[in-house]
Amino acid sequence: MFRYRDRNFANKIVEKVRELDVDVLLMHVCGTHQDTVVRYGLDTLLSSCGVKIRQGPGCPICVTTPTEYEEIIALAESGNIVAAFGDAVAAPGYNRSLMDARAQGSDVRIVYSIEDAVKVASKTYRKVVFMAIGFETTAPTTASTLLQKPPENFSILCCHRYIPPALHALLSSGEMRIQGLIEPGHVSTIIGLRPYEEISTKYQIPQVVAGFEPLDMMMAVYMLAKQIKRGEARVQNEYTRTVRYEGNQKALRLLDEVFDPSDIVWRGFSTIPNSAMKLRPEFSDYDAELLYSRVLEQVREQRFEESRECRCGEILRGLAEPKDCLLFAETCTPQHPVGPCMVSIEGSCSIEYRYRRRRTDRV
Amino acid sequence: MCLAIPARIIDRKGDRARVDFGDGVVREVNVSLVDAGVGDHVIVHAGFAIEVLDEKEAKETLRLWEEILST
Repeated sequence: MFRYRDRNFANKIVEKVRELDVDVLLMHVCGTHQDTVVRYGLDTLLSSCGVKIRQGPGCPICVTTPTEYEEIIALAESGNIVAAFGDAVAAPGYNRSLMDARAQGSDVRIVYSIEDAVKVASKTYRKVVFMAIGFETTAPTTASTLLQKPPENFSILCCHRYIPPALHALLSSGEMRIQGLIEPGHVSTIIGLRPYEEISTKYQIPQVVAGFEPLDMMMAVYMLAKQIKRGEARVQNEYTRTVRYEGNQKALRLLDEVFDPSDIVWRGFSTIPNSAMKLRPEFSDYDAELLYSRVLEQVREQRFEESRECRCGEILRGLAEPKDCLLFAETCTPQHPVGPCMVSIEGSCSIEYRYRRRRTDRV
Repeated sequence: MCLAIPARIIDRKGDRARVDFGDGVVREVNVSLVDAGVGDHVIVHAGFAIEVLDEKEAKETLRLWEEILST
């Protein structure tokens, strides 16, 4: 695997990209890709050969709306046991997080997998609600678990989302002149390449599915730069060791069996049609939306104040970078986050803070 | 959440398998989403193996890159 981090290889790729003599803006939609980009300094390396890379809405914790966090907090405060991934527990709703609710006495459990949440439910008579966050990489784990008929006291607040509709929303908004897309390796492991084909056709944009090692991303950039130079708009797969054209058919069947697409708001966007995974009626016994509808209605009727200075929304659309936000590394830090981009390990601000804390270009 | 890590299956029983992430880190994961056996490498995300890592393809990738970069 360390061959995928070989510096000589990286330099060779930089040379090849430089030979192409391009000046392009590429976007990716994956927090783990952003981590690779920043950790290995790929953005600096590539901008020296005319390639600028920006992150889009690739952090599921970040694109989940504050209202959804307030909903799960309300469920915790109603006396239920709430289980969620670590980042979701730390992520702020409007002005507090599940972590804060736990500090005030609510029973909140951090889990690594939905199966851990089911284990909690199997050992108690109390109601357990799991906050099911994530894209197509994570949703099959939820689907598989629900099909195994977990205990009656277990339910999920389903916040899963599909990535391709967000790509359509980004590209059709025309806010940025994105010339190529680096597609997320592990989402693509599940969905394969087919969902990207109509995007290339419709928007005439080249796409490359990339793995997560630095050389994977460098290679994907080179493949995109070559396509752009030749005026091509194809879908290519750089991550062939894990991604197959047809994706993971088993996982896709599970998704079809358990979820239906539905409209939902994404943080930083307005409603994106057919972008939410909604539990099918056969799973209503596990659907917190139905089981706790009164509590959730009360949350949705509330008026919340959003921070006007937090620029997570623009950052998620690729219109701003963490350093553009006045709160970055000042008021907003991982210890005292204002927005989710600073909380999630996949959030742009958290990644920037982790590797490059100082704002050297700011007085 | 794309964060997923490769691991080698060291034993398997039905939908569950013990996998080795290297450096002595061994965990039990759910393998119901993949067709994989002992000795295979899988990508693990949120407690589930989501795909098998194709070693032949991995080597082929490196070979292809060498080829592309030497033209």
